[in-house]
Amino acid sequence: MPFNTLLTIFIVVIAFAFFAGQRRALKLKSDGSSLHSLPFYHGTWLIIVGVLPAIIILLVWSLLDSSVIRSVVLSELPASLMSVSAAEKNLLFSEIANLADGQTASPNADVLAPIADRYLLLQSMSGKLKLGLALIVSVIGFGLGWLRLKPDFRARNRFESTVKIILMSCASLAILTTVGIVFSVLFEAMRFFDSVSILEFIFGTHWSPQIAIREDQVGSSGAFGAVPLFVGTMLISAVAMIVAVPIGLMSAIYLSEYAGPKFRAYAKPLLEILAGVPTVVYGFFAAITVAPMLRDFGESIGMSVSSESALAAGLVMGVMIIPFVSSLSDDVINAVPQSLRDGSFGLGATHSETIRRVIIPAALPGIVGAILLAVSRAIGETMIVVMAAGLSANLTINPLETVTTVTVQIVTLLVGDQEFDSPKTLAAFALGLMLFVTTLCLNIVALYVVRKYREQYD
Amino acid sequence: MTTMTVDSNTSPQSSQEATQPVADISSNGLDSSRDYRQTVGKIEVANTKMSMRDVNVSYGDKQAVFGVDLDIAKNEVIAMIGPSGCGKSTFLRCMNRMNDTIEGCVVSGSLKLDDQDIYDPKLDVVPLRARVGMVFQKPNPFPKSIYDNVAYGPQIHGLANSKVELDEIVENSLRKAGLWNEAKDRLDQPGTGLSGGQQQRLCIARTIAVSPEVILMDEPCSALDPIATARIEELIDELSANFTIAIVTHSMQQAARVSHRTAYFHLGYLVEIGDTDDIFTNPKHRLTEDYITGRFG
Ligand SMILES: Nc1ncnc2c1ncn2[C@@H]1O[C@H](COP(=O)(O)OP(=O)(O)O)[C@@H](O)[C@H]1O
Ligand SMILES: [Mg+2]
Repeated sequence: MPFNTLLTIFIVVIAFAFFAGQRRALKLKSDGSSLHSLPFYHGTWLIIVGVLPAIIILLVWSLLDSSVIRSVVLSELPASLMSVSAAEKNLLFSEIANLADGQTASPNADVLAPIADRYLLLQSMSGKLKLGLALIVSVIGFGLGWLRLKPDFRARNRFESTVKIILMSCASLAILTTVGIVFSVLFEAMRFFDSVSILEFIFGTHWSPQIAIREDQVGSSGAFGAVPLFVGTMLISAVAMIVAVPIGLMSAIYLSEYAGPKFRAYAKPLLEILAGVPTVVYGFFAAITVAPMLRDFGESIGMSVSSESALAAGLVMGVMIIPFVSSLSDDVINAVPQSLRDGSFGLGATHSETIRRVIIPAALPGIVGAILLAVSRAIGETMIVVMAAGLSANLTINPLETVTTVTVQIVTLLVGDQEFDSPKTLAAFALGLMLFVTTLCLNIVALYVVRKYREQYD
Repeated sequence: MTTMTVDSNTSPQSSQEATQPVADISSNGLDSSRDYRQTVGKIEVANTKMSMRDVNVSYGDKQAVFGVDLDIAKNEVIAMIGPSGCGKSTFLRCMNRMNDTIEGCVVSGSLKLDDQDIYDPKLDVVPLRARVGMVFQKPNPFPKSIYDNVAYGPQIHGLANSKVELDEIVENSLRKAGLWNEAKDRLDQPGTGLSGGQQQRLCIARTIAVSPEVILMDEPCSALDPIATARIEELIDELSANFTIAIVTHSMQQAARVSHRTAYFHLGYLVEIGDTDDIFTNPKHRLTEDYITGRFG
């Protein structure tokens, strides 16, 4: 059934259920009974019992039916095709689906044609069953719900608990998605650790993931020590934070404490535009402008700066995250109550003493939060690093050399032709897992710090 | 328009009540029932600490205080009362230039602390505010430990040369504010963890830690329960031995209990000033009488 028709039917049914319930309640009221709940809630009650279960059935059925049909079709394959491998079964099934779609250009067309017919039949049966079941459930629910519409029926409470359940399922959906992602990364990473020991991965200092894919390729055997990547990530993030935290914080202090309202109204959005510049633009700015500038400058004072350096990437990344620090800090500084400023001024403190000794401490939890957000932005940033810091996994803490980061390596591992079960590809999942664990730890530490601070000062 | 307000206030009075104070004043040549723009009572004091003349304050276009003349004597407690919005806080905040922090606030007239012009452009507000401290309506301890709250002022003014001296100042201030016994075992805990009344006493301790000469208090008890209020009132009485105190209050009982002189403000004008006992037993101005007897405000 086309989606639009279905939607129209739904709207009509919902409206019908609502008005039926409401009318019923109004009728009860005009008969002289006093209602527990407003007629509106009687209307919503009929929607809840009459329409909601049907929608759930439709959704669940639609989610499941393709895989059920698929396994039925595959189990009915003729004996000659039964013995093929799982991968070939996938191919066969897509051929069947294509045939059912009317594309006949298939080498096995004559063998598969009856199966394709069977597939079509199953599909249409499933669709009819689905609608029929939804309709029956809807009618039963509506009928039972109707019988309960009495003056003392607590429709309002039902409505409240239904709303609660709906909100709860939305919240759990978000959590479940996260959990799902974590687990899928975890399982792939475990497959990686089957071929590379976890200790070698965490403590190894050599990263060189190239592996000979085919027998005849001349290639290294691959080394998966992630230390250089994490050191590179930390190095670039550190440079970025050294740029972003002081500048961001000071501009926040200027904006919230010294700037007039007019200047603030223009300056704040302008600063925030910095956050809206695509990172790829920052990336080529770093690679084409900043990195050569640093190299030339280094040469002129007799230092060797490689043309792709952690410094260039870190500096530009720092500029990119200034608005994160400044905008959020500005908000928290503004939220510090005026009474604290008055108290400090009233004691004869100057503006800067007040800022340093009263306002910043009071705003610190928020500022720490802003900085941590900026750190996780820096750790996760990829584009600037790819372009400006290079791809070679040097283990160094000298910002003038070229380094690489975790995210950049994940990208390079996964672009191009890949086998999805070679250690090289799976290493991306292991890196992803490590990155996830790192940011998680960072967040936990941050939460702990902030909470401790709050307890002390709120 | 202002005159109309007064008329509507005076007209419903029964003639007996109305004539008594008016007769008193009109013998001085003042028709006080019609005009509150002229202050009734004696402005000058013997032992002047602060002296204000013709103080006008406006916020942008809106004038909030009109030509107030007032002297404050050394070691006296002066209470400022009057209906909400009559400019008490505004006037109080002029006395240590706290109004400087409000954009658009313009102060004119002469305000003197020991013959020094407070609004002299060459004057530095930092030492002024150390000499004229302020306690606010809502307790506003800093998000620091109790110790650091009190130590803050002495530190920024460089009053202590050593940790020992600073400890001494903190202890003395907390003692004077009557908070030492409650706070001595928890000096390193946040000041915000104290009860409302204790927080206000902490704010008072913080203010007296810089040894001010005058303490301005803007409704210091309005956020407190009666018991905490009683403690603060006791404290004000003790403090008046060492400090000059100007207190804005909404509670007539409080003014009567703690103050030596009382100033009644109305619509930005100082209507009447006099000894507290006189004002509360024998108000000269109709508006003052209406206010303190609860007919108005
Ligand atoms: N920051 C300000 N900006 C503009 N107007 C103000 C400000 N503060 C006070 N006012 C106005 O000044 C008048 C006096 O206020 P205030 O001194 O706070 O009165 P009180 O303390 O006696 O209740 C009021 O009309 C008030 O609206
Ligand atoms: Mg006030």
